[in-house]
Amino acid sequence: MSWIQQIIAVTSLNLRSIPQRLGASLVAIIGVAAVVGVFAGVLSMANGFRKTMIAAGSTDSVVILRAGSTGELASAISSEQIQIIQTSPGIRKNGGISEVSGELYVVVDVAKKSTNEAANVPLRGVQPGAFEIRENMSIIEGRSFEEGKNELVVGRSAQKQFKGLEVGGTIPFGVVEWTIVGVFEDDGSVSESELWADVRVVQATYRRGNSFQTVRAKLQSPESIDELKTALDADPRIDVDVVNEREFYSQQSKAMSDLISFVGYPLTILMSIGAIFGALNTMYSSISARAKEIATLRAIGFRPLAILISVIIESGALAIIGGVVGGGLAWLFLNGFTVSTLNAASFSQVVFDFAVSPDLIVQGLLAAVVIGLVGGLFPAIRAVRLPVSTALREL
Amino acid sequence: MKYLYLVWKSLWRKKVRTILTILSVFVAFLLFGLLSALNQVFGGAADLANAQRLVTLDKISIINSLPSAYLPRIESVSGVERVAHASWFGGYYQDPKNQFAQFAVDPERYLDVYPEVIVADDQREKWMKTRDSVLVGRELMEAFDWSIGDRIPMYSSIWTNKSGSQVWDFEIAGLFDSDDPRSNTQLMLIQYDYFDEGRAFGNGTMGWFILTIDGAGNAAEIANAVDTQFANSPNQTKTSTEAAFAESFIGQYGNIALIISLILTAVFFTILLVSGNTMAQSVRERIPELAVLKTLGFQDKGVLGIVLAESTFVMLIGGGLGLGVAVLIVNILGLVPLPGFYLDGAALALGGLYILLAGLIAGIFPAIRAMRLTIIDALSRA
Repeated sequence: MSWIQQIIAVTSLNLRSIPQRLGASLVAIIGVAAVVGVFAGVLSMANGFRKTMIAAGSTDSVVILRAGSTGELASAISSEQIQIIQTSPGIRKNGGISEVSGELYVVVDVAKKSTNEAANVPLRGVQPGAFEIRENMSIIEGRSFEEGKNELVVGRSAQKQFKGLEVGGTIPFGVVEWTIVGVFEDDGSVSESELWADVRVVQATYRRGNSFQTVRAKLQSPESIDELKTALDADPRIDVDVVNEREFYSQQSKAMSDLISFVGYPLTILMSIGAIFGALNTMYSSISARAKEIATLRAIGFRPLAILISVIIESGALAIIGGVVGGGLAWLFLNGFTVSTLNAASFSQVVFDFAVSPDLIVQGLLAAVVIGLVGGLFPAIRAVRLPVSTALREL
Repeated sequence: MKYLYLVWKSLWRKKVRTILTILSVFVAFLLFGLLSALNQVFGGAADLANAQRLVTLDKISIINSLPSAYLPRIESVSGVERVAHASWFGGYYQDPKNQFAQFAVDPERYLDVYPEVIVADDQREKWMKTRDSVLVGRELMEAFDWSIGDRIPMYSSIWTNKSGSQVWDFEIAGLFDSDDPRSNTQLMLIQYDYFDEGRAFGNGTMGWFILTIDGAGNAAEIANAVDTQFANSPNQTKTSTEAAFAESFIGQYGNIALIISLILTAVFFTILLVSGNTMAQSVRERIPELAVLKTLGFQDKGVLGIVLAESTFVMLIGGGLGLGVAVLIVNILGLVPLPGFYLDGAALALGGLYILLAGLIAGIFPAIRAMRLTIIDALSRA
C-alpha cells in the first residue's frame, strides 16, 4: 500500500471506531466547543460595540469640539463661534446655506426596561440641518419634532432598550414633560441610542443660554477637512479641534472595545490551554486502549508515520467538530442579541448588538485546530514509539 | 487516613493522565480566580458602599450641578449629621489617555464623611493649608511615579480657569490610602475653594452631596426629607443610599456579572466532564484491582471512599494551585491595573467550596460503581 492509502486506511479505521469511545470523544468535543463558544461570545461583544460606534461615522462629516475636549459632554462652543464656522470654507452648501448643526449633548435618566434602574441616556439638541448632515438617518414612525416645542424623536435602539419611549407618550425630565412624536433609525449606529430634540428647547430647559457643545458639519468632500482646519486654526476668535466623524467615533469606542478584548483574548488562551489538556487526556486514553491494535497494524506493515498522522487527524476532527458546535451555538444564541452599556468616553448609554462575525468564527476554528493538533501530536508520538513486541505483550 | 497511601499510589498509577487532569483543573480555578476579581471590579463598589451614607444628586442627570446654597439646607434636615460635597474636575495628566477621577472637595468635610480614607497627619495639615494642593491616592501616585511635593499640571477638559487656560497647576500635598484593599485609590482630591474661585464659569455650584446620617434605619425617611425641600425648585434632587447609588451606576454597564457567571458555568461544566470522564476510565481499568481489595476484606464503603478521595485529591491539588496562582497574580504582584481588581476572602472561600464539590461530583458515579462491584463478576472480567 502506498503512503496515502495507508493513512486513509488507518484514519478511517480510527474514525469508524469512534462510537466505541463515544464518552471520551464527546468530552473532547465539548471541551473545544466551550472554548470556541466563549471566545466567539466575548469577542462578539467587542465587535458589536465597535460596529455600532463606527457605523455612525461618515468620512465626509466632521465633529468640531472645543480644543482639548475628550468627548462631547466636556466641549463648549458659543453661538458666535458657530457663525464663524458657518462662513468657513470647505463646508458643503445647500441652497446657499452651510450644512452645519450646533448641538447640545446632555445626559438624562431613563429607566432600562430590563432592570428598571435609571441609566444615563443621551439627549441631543440639534439644529434643523442635523438630519441632512447624517445622510442615513430617517424617521420610521411618527414625525420629527416641531421647533420650539418640548417634543422628542427617539432612536430605534433607545426605544427598544429604555422604558416609556412609545410614540404619543410623555416622559418627565425634572419639571418638564416631553412628548415623544417619532422614532428614527440610522443604520444601527450609536445615534440610535439617543433622544433628539430642538436645540433651542434643550438650551432653555437646561439653562445653557445660547451656548452649544459641539458642531456637526458636512464637508464638500472628505479632503476639504484640511481647508476647514487651516481656516479655523488661523482665526484667533476660535480654538477648536476638527475631527473626521468616523475617527471621532472610533476614538470614543476604543477604551471600551479594548477592555473587552483585553479580557477576551487572555480568557480564551487560558481556556484553550485547559482544553488542550482535555484533548491530550482523551487521545492518550484512546491510544492506550488501542495499544494492541496499533501494534498489530505496525506488525503487519503499516508505517509509523501513517499511524502518527492518522491519530493527529482523528484528534483534529474531534476538535473541528467541537469548534463548529461551539461557534454555531454562539452564532445561534448570541448573534444580534441586544444589550446596552455605559460608554465611559461619552458617559452615556450605547445600545448595541452582539455581532458574531465570520472572521470571529474563523479565528475560533483556528484555535480549535491548534487544540486538536497539539492534543493529538504527543499521544501519536507515543503510539508509534512503543516497541511492537512490548505493546503486543501488554494487557 | 490509613487509606491515604493507597489513594496516593493509585493516583500515580497513570502519571500522565493524573498530571493532565490536575493541569486542567488548575486552569479552571485560575480562571475562576481571575474572573472573580474581575467581577469585583464591576460589583465591588456596591459591596464597599456604606449604608449610613446618602448621596444627593440632581434629579434629571448626574452631569448637572447643584447650587452651593443647598449645603446648609441639607444640613438642616433632621437626622443628617455631616454633609460633604464634591465636583467633577474632568481632567487628565499629560495625555488624554491618562484619565482618572479628580474631585474638587472641601477637605475637612470630605475626610469627615469618608473615615476609611487614611492620611498622615502632617500631609493632611499641609493639604488643608495649601490652597492649590491636592491629595493623591496611593495607586495613582504609584502609577505616575509622583512624589510628595511635586508640582503637576492637570488639563481639565471641562473647566477653563480665570487666566483662560485649561491647564491647572497643583502641588501634591500628600498621599492617601484606604483601609480596605478593594477600594479604588486612583483618585485625586482638589480643594474646592481654590477650584471654584479659579474657574471661569459655573461658580457657586457643587456636583453632588454626600451625607452621613445618624442611623441606617432612617435612610429612606431622611432621603425623602432632603428631596422634598427642593421639590419645587428648578434643581430637583434625588437622594439615595451610597449602596443603591453605586449599584444603579454599576447596573449601567449592563449584565457584566451575568456574562461572567455564564462563562464560569461553561468552564466548570467542561472541567467536570473532563475529570469525571478520567475518573470513570481509571475505575474501569482497575476493576480487577478493586475486586482484589474487596477480596482482602475492604468494605464497600471503604472502596467508595478511596475512589472519592482520589478525585477530591486531584481537585484539591489542581484547584489549590490555580487559586494560589490567581492570588499571586491579582493580590500579591498586582499584574492587572484595573481599579478594584482584587480577590477577597469570600471569593476564595467559594473557590474552596467549588473544589470540594467538583471532587465529589466527578468521583461519585465511578465511586458508586466501584462500591457495587461484586467480587465474582469483577474478577471474572480480568
